[in-house]
Formats: sequence, C-alpha cells, structure tokens
Amino acid sequence: MSDYNFAYLDEQTKRMIRRAILKGLAIPGYQVPFASREMPMPYGWGTGGVQVSAATLTPEDRLKVIDQGADDTTNAVSIRKFFERTAGVETTEETAQASVIQTRHRIPEEPLTEDQVLVYQVPIPEPLRFLEPSEIETRKMHALEDYGLMHVKLYEDIARHGQIATAYAYPVKVEGRYVMDPSPIPKFDNPKMSGMAAIQLFGAGREQRIYALPPYTQVVSLDFRDYPFEASKADAPCDLCGAEDSYLDEVIVDDAGGRMFVCSDTDYCRARRAAGHVGAQGKTEDAA
Amino acid sequence: MTPLLKVESLTKRYGARIGCSDVSFDLWPGEVMGIVGESGSGKSTLLNCMAGHLAPDAGRVMFDTRTEGLQDTITMSEPERRMLGRTDWAFVHQHARDGLRMNVSAGGNVGERLMAVGARHYGEIRDSAEDWLGRVEIDASRIDDRPTAFSGGMQQRLQIARNLVTGPRLVFMDEPTGGLDVSVQARLLDLLRGLVREMGLSAIIVTHDLAVVRLLADRLMVMKDGHVVEKGLTDQVLDDPQHAYTQLLVSSVLQV
Ligand SMILES: Nc1ncnc2c1ncn2[C@@H]1O[C@H](COP(=O)(O)OP(=O)(O)OP(=O)(O)O)[C@@H](O)[C@H]1O
Ligand SMILES: [Mg+2]
Repeated sequence: MSDYNFAYLDEQTKRMIRRAILKGLAIPGYQVPFASREMPMPYGWGTGGVQVSAATLTPEDRLKVIDQGADDTTNAVSIRKFFERTAGVETTEETAQASVIQTRHRIPEEPLTEDQVLVYQVPIPEPLRFLEPSEIETRKMHALEDYGLMHVKLYEDIARHGQIATAYAYPVKVEGRYVMDPSPIPKFDNPKMSGMAAIQLFGAGREQRIYALPPYTQVVSLDFRDYPFEASKADAPCDLCGAEDSYLDEVIVDDAGGRMFVCSDTDYCRARRAAGHVGAQGKTEDAA
Repeated sequence: MTPLLKVESLTKRYGARIGCSDVSFDLWPGEVMGIVGESGSGKSTLLNCMAGHLAPDAGRVMFDTRTEGLQDTITMSEPERRMLGRTDWAFVHQHARDGLRMNVSAGGNVGERLMAVGARHYGEIRDSAEDWLGRVEIDASRIDDRPTAFSGGMQQRLQIARNLVTGPRLVFMDEPTGGLDVSVQARLLDLLRGLVREMGLSAIIVTHDLAVVRLLADRLMVMKDGHVVEKGLTDQVLDDPQHAYTQLLVSSVLQV
C-alpha cells in the first residue's frame, strides 16, 4: 500500500476525532470543539470533512465524494484520490454502493440507508454568527436556547426581499433543541435531513467544530406561520433524464444564450438515463 | 402590597475600590425612582447590579415575579434571569448603539424581543413594530431602515421602542438623555413621561441631570462615593436638601 498511516491521520488523532463524533451523536446538533489538524490541502477544500471521513473510514468501506452533487469536479476528484492513496479504500460514484459519502453542498437524491454515513464539509458551523460576532455570546445563546436572533435574520429577509430569501445554509432546529447550520446545501435538501436512516456527520476544519445527527433525528427548518418554509427548486424537469423531483442546475450550453436544466446529482441522472428515462433534450445531448 | 423590587444591602467592590455599598430600598409598582450623583459615585454600578449585568459581592435583589412572587434575581438560574431580561425587564443604555443591533432594520430591532419569546407570525410582528415606531414618533416609512441611518435622538427612541414592545413591568435606564442636544433631550423626556404614565411603568433612572429627575421621578436617591447619602420624595429632596452634598448638587445646578 502506501507509506501513510491508514487514512493519513495518526491513530491518536483519529481517536480524538472519533470521541468528538460520538459526543456529537450523543447531543444532536451541538457543536463539539476538536483540535483540527493541518491537512495537505487548503482550508475551504473540505479539511473538516476530510478529517471526519478519515476517522470514520475502515479498510472495508467504499467511499463516494461529491461536490455540488457531482463526482467529477476538481474538489471531489482530489479528495477521492487522496483517500485512494492514503487509505487504499474502494471508491464509487454510485450512491447506493457507497458506505461513506463525503459531500459539499448537496444531499444525494437517492434515499440513504442505515448502512451509510454522510459526511458534510462545513465552512461556517455557527448559524448565529452573521448577527452575533462574539463566540462567547453565541455559546451562551445555544446553552440557554436563546434563539430569537435566528428569526430576526428571517424577518430581515422577508422585510428586504418579500420572502425568506435564504436559499442555502437554511437554519434548522434539531430535535426541538439546538439550532444548526446544515452547511451550504440548498434548502431543497433540508427535508431530507429529517428522519434520515443514515448517520450524518459535519466537519468544519478552520473553525474546529464537529456536529452530528444520529439516524432518524427530527430536523425542522425555521420559518414564520405566515411565511412557511418551502423546499423550492427550479420549476422544471431535468432536460436530460426528465426527473421532476430532483434539484436542478441551470447550465449554459452555447454562446447564443441556450440554457438547460440538469440534475445537480450526476449519479442520480446517469442512473435514470440508464433505466431508460429521457428528458426534453436527452436525445440530442446523447447524439452530440 | 408587595414591592415590585426589593433591594437589600447591595454591595459591589472593584478590588479595593467601592462601586456601591450597602444600598437598600423598595420600589413600588408604578413608581419611578431617580438615582443622581456626580461622576464616579456608583450609579451605573448599582443599576447594573440590579439588572443582572454585574454580579454584586453581597446583597439581594428581589423581584415580584408573575408566577412565584418575590424571587432573588441574583441567585436564580441564568435562563430564568435571561427570561426576565426579555419579558418583564427592560434596559435602556446611554449610548443607543449599545442597546440596538446596528446591522438590523428598525423593524427587526423592535421585533427581536417578540421573536425571543416565541412570536412566529411575521405580519403580527411587523404590525407591533409599526405601532411602536409610531408611539416613539418614528415615521412608519422608516421601518426597514437601519439605525445607522437615524439621528441620535431617533436611535434613542428606537431603543426605547425595542425595550417596551413586550410590555415590561420594570425599566432600568442609564442616562437615557445623555449625549443628546438639549432640544432633543426635552422631546425624549416628554415622550418617556408619556409612556411611563400611559403604561403604568415602574422605572429606575440613573442620571446626573436634575431636570430629568424633576420631570420623571417620584422618588430620589442621592449617591456619593458608592453610598446613598439621601433619599426621599423628589420635590422634597430637591427643594429642601438635608445632606451637605445634596445641597451642593442642587445649588450647583441652580447656578447654571
Ligand atoms: N470595571 C471597573 N473596574 C474598576 N473600577 C470600576 C469599574 N467600573 C466602575 N469602577 C469604579 O467604581 C466607581 C463607580 O463607578 P460608576 O461607573 O458606577 O459611576 P457612575 O456614578 O455611573 O459615574 P458616571 O456618572 O460617570 O457614569 C468609580 O470609582 C469607578 O472608577
Ligand atoms: Mg454611569
């Protein structure tokens, strides 16, 4: 294999991270501090998620890495290669085949199972940060469930935009207790977090925080009675596979302003097309 | 009748220096108490100890809670004290920027306390905010502006609205008119007096401006070097001061 310790980190460090993960699972939504290590990649490249994955992986695991739903972006490819080299684990692009999935900005469309672990890369773990810069104060607010400020943010959204304009990192309340930042996933994905069969782990490298959701945890998106939460997406089917229920990216296809909507979850789209589903532009795309 | 607030032997030291020493008094429902004294006499220290912002070294601050009657707010749990701080109590700071969120709209500032105690209907929150902006004479069209776009007097009025929106029973104020132009002060005082009367508020107002207590306070405490040297009905204390220090304070104002 390689000259690295399994999954790069030394055993001592992995044990420390596992303790943080276990504590996080015991207190769903609570941010557990951990001593984040230097990783051979810059912050912003998912060093928190990578450390959580490293502490979670076993030699028998099969790893999938996605960035914005895609397996083939630079960030996803380099993290996958990193673990192929340092842990020698198998990798896959198929959601159903993976036992550990590290993700940036998306939750796969295919429902996850009890045999899977979903690891999120988190840039800013503190949902109260944007209005309250003091860490001491935000910790106190969590401890005392003093969460009025979270709704002030939503109020400001509606006052300014006529609706809750927060589209990513939409705040949630976990098991009626901790308010949590779900990482910058689109709010379309928020409902998938609630009652999920898989374990969900969140790692923030620069901010040195880990938090977690055990299987079947209740996760509720914050809202107002007269402005209820909506898991919105582009109102169109996927132009490649025809899916009506998946989150779509709008892509520009030529210099003449041509656009199409395609599934952001590339594996989901591929599997549907393999099963014979065809979207409005699916045929031409295949022919091209 | 039960006092709304019962302060007993409240003492706060900063190392060897005295902040305030052995202060006791009762505040009755609907009453406004003024605390005057020169700079450094311990007014803010006393106020902050009563409001739970500073931990005193000795003494008790008993508040007549809605559910359990007189409770010592110093020994109660922090969640209970915080709950008081956003329901029955209000605190108006001298500098509006200490009491406002400067990066949040006027409406959001007024609505925060409502949301903190569970308001979850945007339309209703906005209606209350509009109503309260009106009551402190800020035009409803300014509801989405940030306080940074407001004048000093408007900021102070906004701070008052933000504090009174949950209908508190006790308001602590530290120099609420300090740092404002004289004409702006007069208007703010008028407004405060109206609100106190109309809402039947109890209040404790720290100031070194005797005109403020003359207008607002039913009773008066005079502080010097951390001690209360004289207390009584406002008119009595101001018109017939007994303590030499109070006499000096009153005469120095009259000379102005
Ligand atoms: N944080 C502190 N550390 C040490 N000493 C302090 C502190 N705060 C206040 N003091 C001292 O305690 C005494 C009372 O101060 P306090 O601020 O209560 O006075 P004040 O009456 O509010 O004055 P002012 O009218 O200037 O606001 C002063 O001697 C002051 O120097
Ligand atoms: Mg002071």
